[in-house]
Amino acid sequence: MEEKKLICINCPLGCMLTAVVEGETILSVSGNTCKRGDSYARKELTSPTRLVTSTVRVSGGDKRMVSVKTREDIPKKKVLECVRALKEVEVRAPISIGDVLVENIAGTGVDIVATKNVGERKLFDGDENGEKTERVSF
Amino acid sequence: MYKYDVIIIGGGVSGAAAARELSRYKVNVCVLEKEEDVCCKTSKANSGIVHAGYDAPTGSLKAKMNLRGNELMESLAEELDIPFIRNGSLVVCRSKEDMPRLEALCERGVSNGVKGLRILSREEALQREPNLSEEIYAALYAPTGGIVCPFELNIALAENANVNGVEFHFCTEVTGITKQGKGYRLVTSRGVYFAEYVVNAAGVYADLFHNMVSEQKIHITARRGDYCLLDKSAGNHVRSTIFTLPGKFGKGILVAPTAHGNLILGPTAIDVQDKEGTNTTREGLDQVLLKAGLNVKKLPMRQVITSFAGLRAHEDGDEFIIGELEDAPGFIDCAGIESPGLTGCPAIGERIAGILRERMGLCEKEDFVSTRKGILKPETLSREARAALIRKKPAYGNIICRCEMITEGEILDAIRRPLGAKSLDGVKRRTRAGMGRCQSGFCSPRTMEILAREWRMDIREVTKSGGASYLIAGTNKDVF
Amino acid sequence: MENFDIVIIGGGPAGLAAAASARENGIQRIVILERDNELGGILNQCIHNGFGLHTFKEELTGPEYAGRFIRQVKELGIEYRLNTMVMAISRKKVVTAMNQKDGLFELQAKAVILAMGCRERPRGALNIPGFRPAGIFSAGTAQRLVNMEGYLPGREVVILGSGDIGLIMARRMTLEGANVKVVAELMPYSGGLKRNIVQCLDDYGIPLKLSHTVVDIKGKERLEGVTLARVDEKGKPISGTKEFYSCDTLLLSVGLIPENELSSGMGVELNPVTSGPRVNESLETNIEGVFACGNVLHVHDLVDFVSEEAKTAGKKAAEYILGITDKSQEAVSLTAGEGVRYTVPETICVKRMEERLTVRFRVGNVYKNCYISVYFDKDRVLHRKKAVVAPGEMEEIVLTKEQLMEYPKLETINVKVEEA
Repeated sequence: MEEKKLICINCPLGCMLTAVVEGETILSVSGNTCKRGDSYARKELTSPTRLVTSTVRVSGGDKRMVSVKTREDIPKKKVLECVRALKEVEVRAPISIGDVLVENIAGTGVDIVATKNVGERKLFDGDENGEKTERVSF
Repeated sequence: MYKYDVIIIGGGVSGAAAARELSRYKVNVCVLEKEEDVCCKTSKANSGIVHAGYDAPTGSLKAKMNLRGNELMESLAEELDIPFIRNGSLVVCRSKEDMPRLEALCERGVSNGVKGLRILSREEALQREPNLSEEIYAALYAPTGGIVCPFELNIALAENANVNGVEFHFCTEVTGITKQGKGYRLVTSRGVYFAEYVVNAAGVYADLFHNMVSEQKIHITARRGDYCLLDKSAGNHVRSTIFTLPGKFGKGILVAPTAHGNLILGPTAIDVQDKEGTNTTREGLDQVLLKAGLNVKKLPMRQVITSFAGLRAHEDGDEFIIGELEDAPGFIDCAGIESPGLTGCPAIGERIAGILRERMGLCEKEDFVSTRKGILKPETLSREARAALIRKKPAYGNIICRCEMITEGEILDAIRRPLGAKSLDGVKRRTRAGMGRCQSGFCSPRTMEILAREWRMDIREVTKSGGASYLIAGTNKDVF
Repeated sequence: MENFDIVIIGGGPAGLAAAASARENGIQRIVILERDNELGGILNQCIHNGFGLHTFKEELTGPEYAGRFIRQVKELGIEYRLNTMVMAISRKKVVTAMNQKDGLFELQAKAVILAMGCRERPRGALNIPGFRPAGIFSAGTAQRLVNMEGYLPGREVVILGSGDIGLIMARRMTLEGANVKVVAELMPYSGGLKRNIVQCLDDYGIPLKLSHTVVDIKGKERLEGVTLARVDEKGKPISGTKEFYSCDTLLLSVGLIPENELSSGMGVELNPVTSGPRVNESLETNIEGVFACGNVLHVHDLVDFVSEEAKTAGKKAAEYILGITDKSQEAVSLTAGEGVRYTVPETICVKRMEERLTVRFRVGNVYKNCYISVYFDKDRVLHRKKAVVAPGEMEEIVLTKEQLMEYPKLETINVKVEEA
């Protein structure tokens, strides 16, 4: 039997949790303020997961990048594989919050969804010469 | 091989002033500058003070150049459209025992020809500057003291010279000079140059070039000065430039408003081996903060927005060396230009041009343009004029730098004008974008974008100050 | 000159929530002036999750959180102007602003809500010695470059400051391919949330060095490395503890400063501790009809509380315009006692206050097993046990109107930390 200390990451409270573990079995969790702390500790000690947020390139948009997330947590050990898999992804504007941009990322069964709206690139009035310039927003 | 009548080594304020004065004449001039822009070394990191002229020994070249420079600065600032304010200066004396030194300084000033010098009593001084230290005993007041923006002065001189035909070759480092026939052969990082006349305005490196052609060696020490710059909210803390009684290592730590309304504290005076050693040190900065507080009370140190250091070109003889070398005809030194070099630059340029005019028998151009229009500052316009400007050029309605309220229009102007800005620092020194209280946190990504667009380069090629000072290393996930 | 009931300066989370609240409280002519090219403010670059647990009972990313309020503002038909910089506000509430389309223009407001947010402290504010090469960025600048533009400012990174932005950027840089070598923190504790230390540093094996700072910066063109040293209790580097880290990038997350240049320009009184306006229970500044909320008022840790605060400011501004505000001058002052750095608000008019008033404050140090106490003059009316309080986490207490009515002669409310 051993005690494992961990900090709950479910919310900003950051409860200090103590789990009593016997081999593979978690006997008890204490220090949590709510029940999410208990389930966090059990999951973190057996199969930890994380939500991943990242960016994906946009073509034809009024922004260069769109922010994205895994719709739900994925196994922690898949995090790097997940962002690597986003390297070659490019999506065409317009994009709306919640749009699925990649299905089943890195074989996790979880989709990558957009977390931002991106409109189509517009032509802006140009500089003093009146040239129409294509300007991606800063 | 590039051939010119005159090559000026160095695009600092001395080189630029010499270039501008020479551009009055029918002569082929090129400035070789190691950096990617003018005003990159000593000229960019100093107090921005136009000294009255009581410091240097009577009869010295430093004293002469100071007085003449001070006299010329006002009209030059007008011609070049740069800010210059005659804010006056006070040398603070904190004890009765030091009075003889203050009086001696006053007398020296009078014999140097400084006008209007007066010793103020404690009460008079405090009335003038209520934030002076309570310990003040008396002060030497010099109404002719002033402040100028060193960047704009240097850049404006160079721009004006350029418009009048002087070429500027940047990223061109001179590595060797040899006498060749009637002139000099200069080996540089960008090829070989030849000129009959060479002006050595190379700042802390002027000894290097001098010693390449002369047997009478000189030695220049890089003497570092650390500074702290405070936010504009502290800019009114003093109106005049507040000096301490000078000691062995120069004029001590001053407190002064800048031409743009910040407050500057510094400099230290620390001799360094590395001629590129512009790093501030903990000790140096602590000294600035400590000593600035001796003469001025209640300094709002929380308002410090940046600190920096510059290197003075201190020659062993403690004097400006301006003139043709005896054993190297056609090679004109402009060496040992430390304080009051910024003040003296109009006179230094005049002197160098004078030497060459005599020597080369130069004739004036008919079409010399003596004036230069600075970057249009929309805040100086009336509301109607500003509104009209934005209608005509919408870029003037787009604020890029929030702290200094600099518009895209001003940044485009800085990039597109002669010798235009190529880097973030180039834009900053020309427009002040990024020089405010957030120190470019907000505006640098946007300015980088504008630079990339204007120079048609990839954002990864945009630099802070040329060379390897890139700002973007790659794109997201590119190493994966 | 155009006339508006309420002009809101800033279209970030504070401005958006204030606008929606003012509209819901019956105000028609509202305009939000936003300097960026979209609404949402800094949330647009905060692409990590962790927002909205209080407000929406679910965890959102920054852009999603902003998106909800943006949608609400659009649905309510509230006018907003983008790419619009407010140049000045007069004491009489004339707002001078500028953009490319309308040029320079003036708006007359009946009420103004200040919601400009904050900016990051630059390197200069810390007086870090050394060279000044490229490669030194404030964490927020790097966040914008990476998250919105897809540019990686560097490959080998040291971060100074363990506030949330510093921690979040450690993870973001790592997941975009950079090598984050260390996060250094001047204080003996982190300024960020514990969860962020776990999921941004521990997850990636990034060391956190507490009581450490940068004492030298090497590199003339691009950053080549920084020297860290341990500091004593006073924050002074201890000799013999220097350690060199080779890196091409230094991110600074060393504090945020409310952006109050416009406020002080119009004569709004600021609290030197928060650098934000002094406000009463209605979040109204010393100038009648000028309200403040969000990070311009005091720097928050959680956007949810910004929204909540802004909602109050919007409602109170609406009541001011509708003339249903009690004009009473009587006020109880709230003071920050031992261990407490400041309180927002600083005065309470009992007649004007809502049934429940949230008082937010920060403590000045880490205290363990302490009590947060509230005194009504000499009476202790609250004594709440806390396992730990830290400067990095904002605290709050709630005062009720009922409670205050019981003390008709009350002069001062004192909030303090009492050790067990």
